[in-house]
Amino acid sequence: MRNAPTDPGPLIPRNRAAHPVAYDPDYKTSVSRSPKWPLLSMESTITEETGPVFGHGLLGPLDNNLILNFTQGEAPAVGERIRVHGRVLDETGRPVPNTLVEIWQANAGGRYRHIKDTYFAPLDPNFGGCGRTITDDDGAYEFMTIRPGAYPWPNRANDWRPMHIHYSIFGSGFGQRLISQMYFQGDPLIDLCPIAHTIKDRGQLDRLVAPLDMAGSRPMDYLAYQFDIVLRGRRQTMFENKPEGM
Amino acid sequence: MTQTLRRLTETPSQTAGPYVHIGCIPTFAGNPGIYPEDLGLRAIEDGALGEPITITGAVYDGTGWALRDAMLESWQADAAGLYPGQPGADPNVNGFCRFAADKDSGDYALSTIKPGRTRLRDGREQAPHIAVWITARGINIGLLTRIYFDDEDNSADPVLSRIEQRPRADTLIARKTGEGRYRFDIRLQGDNETVFLDM
Repeated sequence: MRNAPTDPGPLIPRNRAAHPVAYDPDYKTSVSRSPKWPLLSMESTITEETGPVFGHGLLGPLDNNLILNFTQGEAPAVGERIRVHGRVLDETGRPVPNTLVEIWQANAGGRYRHIKDTYFAPLDPNFGGCGRTITDDDGAYEFMTIRPGAYPWPNRANDWRPMHIHYSIFGSGFGQRLISQMYFQGDPLIDLCPIAHTIKDRGQLDRLVAPLDMAGSRPMDYLAYQFDIVLRGRRQTMFENKPEGM
Repeated sequence: MTQTLRRLTETPSQTAGPYVHIGCIPTFAGNPGIYPEDLGLRAIEDGALGEPITITGAVYDGTGWALRDAMLESWQADAAGLYPGQPGADPNVNGFCRFAADKDSGDYALSTIKPGRTRLRDGREQAPHIAVWITARGINIGLLTRIYFDDEDNSADPVLSRIEQRPRADTLIARKTGEGRYRFDIRLQGDNETVFLDM
């Protein structure tokens, strides 16, 4: 029996092979932070099938414009102007509307505005590095930002992160929660990055690489990149309403 | 050959990295002013029904060191066992909260109300619990677990009952340390590794 008239259905079990491994010695921090014992796998419950809902009223007018939002529109950030856009879908191909998408990134020089980032590339006084938006009825979203720089990080002796934008997506249930990273087409550092390569299926890693989208760009203004996101889906069949075993 | 299956594959996860705070809780990260306030500051608003509680703890790596850069999210029902959005749910319970390990000590604190029992489709009851999702540098896909309470009857809980090694179920149970106060430590690896869920 469904437990509420609006029961959206159980979540499709997560295909863990589509995701990075937890333990990867090339990404050194994962060595002490990866669980050793198997996860406990169970069918989702109402706890994972429900989740927070954020209304469009949450958003300020510049929340999805990282070029302007740190100065509240006073002065633009330095860097290559880009538009990043895409759709959020689920595994069944349905759009995921009205869901919160948050991003964060380094500035054009590869420096984060964070107390623990000590890289000597300078901060941009006009760039904070975070933005958020909510998908429309078709699951579509967009951001204006600057292309982040690559930067070195302490791991192996000379590791560099490819240019990337961090993504956080909610979905409609807490069990759909996802954090990932978007990379840029043609960046040679992707092949060298131990974090990117915690994903062992190359086809899955390629899904994090956003293609240049000239048709989505604006002449004399900005380039565009397309980045679609797929969240876990929900099982919905006409047999779902029957008690177990019937 | 077969027809092509009309299914998409989930986008793969990547680590939230050390600077997750910039994107998710920018005021905490020292970058105020972009948003009026950080998302998920409060699990409850004034007037929420139920027993006010504060849960404190830390997230430990396999060496026993408390993570200073973890970010956690919680999701819970109201005191009557209804999740926000369900008919009749307490309008003063947001259910969702974001909180981070202290950058110096690694301690976290979650102030909320104790959730009620919730019901599954098949009629079974879940003991009161709070779902917790942990992200940090070095965690390649967010880790899901649950906080249960040692002063509740957890004996018939469907999740706790599925843990074959009974002592491991204790890793999901917060210990009462005072009136309305509980301790819940998360161990990513090593002795008493927390049970993480794939649900």
